[in-house]
Amino acid sequence: MRGDTGVLLGLLLVALIFGLLIGPRFFRPANLELMARQTVIVCVAALGMTMVIVSGGIDLSVGSIVALSTVVTALLLRMGMDPALAALGALAAAALCGTVNGLLITRLRVVPFIVTLGTMLLVRGAAKGLAEERRIEAPITWLNGLLRTARDGNLGVPAGVWLTIVLAVLVAGVLGYTRFGRHLFAIGSNERTARLCGVRIDRRKLQVYSLSAAFAGLAGVLEFSRLAVGDPTVGVGLELDVIAAVIIGGGSLSGGKGTVLGTVAGAAIMAVIQIGCSQHGLPNWVQQIVTGIIIVIAVALDRWRQAPTR
Amino acid sequence: MTSGTPRLEMRGVRKAFGATIALDGVDFSVAPGEVCALVGQNGAGKSTLMAVLSGVVRPDSGSMMLEGQPYAPREPIDARAAGVAMIHQELSLAPHLTVMENIALGLEPVRRGLLQWHEMRDTARRALAQLGHEEIVPDAIVADLSPASQQLVEVARALASGSRVLVLDEPTSSLSHGDVQRLFELLERLKSQGMAIVYISHFIEEVQAVSDRVVVLRDGRNVGAGRTRDMSADAIVQLMVGGEVEALYPRSPREPGDVLLELVDLEPGAATLSLRRGEIVGIAGLLGAGRSRLLRTIFGLESVRSGRIRVGVYSGPASPAARWDQGVGMLSENRAGEGLASGLSIADNLTMSRLEELGPGFLVFPSRQASAASRWVDRFAIRSSGPAQAVGELSGGNQQKVALARLLHHDVDLLVLDEPTRGIDVGSKAQIYAVLDALASGHAHEPPQASGTGGEPAIVADRVAVGRPRAVLMVSSYLPELLGLCDRVAVMCRGRLGPVRLASEWTEHSLLMEASGAKAG
Repeated sequence: MRGDTGVLLGLLLVALIFGLLIGPRFFRPANLELMARQTVIVCVAALGMTMVIVSGGIDLSVGSIVALSTVVTALLLRMGMDPALAALGALAAAALCGTVNGLLITRLRVVPFIVTLGTMLLVRGAAKGLAEERRIEAPITWLNGLLRTARDGNLGVPAGVWLTIVLAVLVAGVLGYTRFGRHLFAIGSNERTARLCGVRIDRRKLQVYSLSAAFAGLAGVLEFSRLAVGDPTVGVGLELDVIAAVIIGGGSLSGGKGTVLGTVAGAAIMAVIQIGCSQHGLPNWVQQIVTGIIIVIAVALDRWRQAPTR
Repeated sequence: MTSGTPRLEMRGVRKAFGATIALDGVDFSVAPGEVCALVGQNGAGKSTLMAVLSGVVRPDSGSMMLEGQPYAPREPIDARAAGVAMIHQELSLAPHLTVMENIALGLEPVRRGLLQWHEMRDTARRALAQLGHEEIVPDAIVADLSPASQQLVEVARALASGSRVLVLDEPTSSLSHGDVQRLFELLERLKSQGMAIVYISHFIEEVQAVSDRVVVLRDGRNVGAGRTRDMSADAIVQLMVGGEVEALYPRSPREPGDVLLELVDLEPGAATLSLRRGEIVGIAGLLGAGRSRLLRTIFGLESVRSGRIRVGVYSGPASPAARWDQGVGMLSENRAGEGLASGLSIADNLTMSRLEELGPGFLVFPSRQASAASRWVDRFAIRSSGPAQAVGELSGGNQQKVALARLLHHDVDLLVLDEPTRGIDVGSKAQIYAVLDALASGHAHEPPQASGTGGEPAIVADRVAVGRPRAVLMVSSYLPELLGLCDRVAVMCRGRLGPVRLASEWTEHSLLMEASGAKAG
């Protein structure tokens, strides 16, 4: 009955297929951890995107915001700032981009697709300008260890993975148990009804785009952690992976639908395919074809399941 | 003129939607060179009859003949191919394309895979000349034309595709007075060219001006027909209204209290009105008269152009959110498009305007949301599998009860209702009447023993309304309901709200005369 059982079954199926192809070593803890590490960046950004998509919107600028965030983090670290403050600064810069998105969408009444298509280029350009079109080296700090396997403590799981899990629970709570979350569903399901019911739609949109961009900013900090440099050219096309994770997870581009569990499973499916293909010795192009097919099948299955009740 | 074989003949057409019989053996015909008016109140079956004619709906029984040949369109395209053209209230033109492209749409002249622009332009020019409107340039973009000219383009399209029967559904609703006259001249011209024309309108004066014959429908049946010149406006309205007045309207003693809503020269709507606690005030009028717009303006969904609104102690315009805070709730006439989010649950829909008390701070506990909703589901006898069921899966009547329950969950003082009983079964209607009466009177009364509720538990009104009396402002197209339920009624005609009079001073006849702009006598 729940919307996300399908995608969980899908994840199980994909994992089983690769398990059969590759053998039990596919399920070794080290391999699972590798997959988790691979997933977190897409996953964190997809948490924000889930909220945007539930509200009936879309945010194409997240890939560029991730890049901007790596650059800002690196620049602030180079200025000698505390790593935590540097990360916060990157988050603030990202959230600002989201606020701009939200303002353009609500004030100019331009559809989110177009606005964020514009800011996708705008933010990418800003990141390149800020970095003077170079990679920015930064001093090594604990930020670089976010995605590294902990030898002891943390139950052997990287801090970044823990962070993602906590955020996922938090976002699920926000969507299911707060006024903000229920309003997002209302706006996405039928914006006119939400308006009739006195939901302050513009305010909610501003909030959700800011929040989504902040999540992208955090994904950027994680990306920086992996790269150890600020790179303005990173994350090109990442927004499509992020959107794909939400859609595979049962989110609907027409709004009103989407779950955190589904999104996380969607991101995990993509990671399993990616790692499974490479470990089975399949080239990158096969992996892309498989992912593409999964996206279309996921949405078609969803349609087909809902058809009789509509 | 009406002698000879009719161009189009419909016989004994029946159509039921579930338990509702929309058409109950209707006969209708139109001859070449004749304008036949089809009149009736909302819900009389006009639209269904035309939907049958144009192939949108297939009749359960009955036959149709087009120029003596059996005619049974399965799809709208069949009707077009057979030469039956419909011109609806909302025009069906592609606004970005040129006049000639619209006229040739679907029948574009092509030679060896290439569009023949010259031919297309000639066809358009010929059709427009036939209408006597050569001034419309075939190369003009349709969006740049006036509504009247756009309508002409649509008529020209019908001519160009060789139509022999032309159906006009409320064609004057978006036209100015002068354009209406030009439309009538055009219809005369088409008539003399042998076109058979069906003219659907609420406006009796138009019907009298333009038609040769009138056919009146009521409750899906033929109730009268005749030559237009033999029928007075009074006689036509009498046929439309019929004799009966239903007696399912409860009326508890209501005591008007303090003024909750005051309008002074409010535009749009030219509305001056004051509404007290403990009162139900109704607004009658035809579709497109501007009634919904007035309600939406009061509720802040559309902007005030001029004039004053006062709600309780609050003056001036406000957003819908502020209106809810002021104790005003609105029910939309457009249940599917605006009133309800059909993908969301009953609980979500019912509590959407007021999530505040369903958890501490900014939290909303789904369990509390569900229990709040299930209370209303019980009280309103909403048939469902529970508060988690999606609203889109409910019947129309139960959906409407969810939409109305939202206002009660919010505990508003002023209920602004747009067509509260449109398209719902008689059992649900009776329940809604009982609730509205209980809300206005502020005290309980015996639940109505409504017939035809199909075993559904009748609503217990005293469990719905508690304590203070509320005020209700409602728009309805169903006149018996306005007269039966309301204390005072006003009529809206062509964007202007008339004076508010006691319901007892109105009759269905006088309401309809005023709404259709016809002069009595």
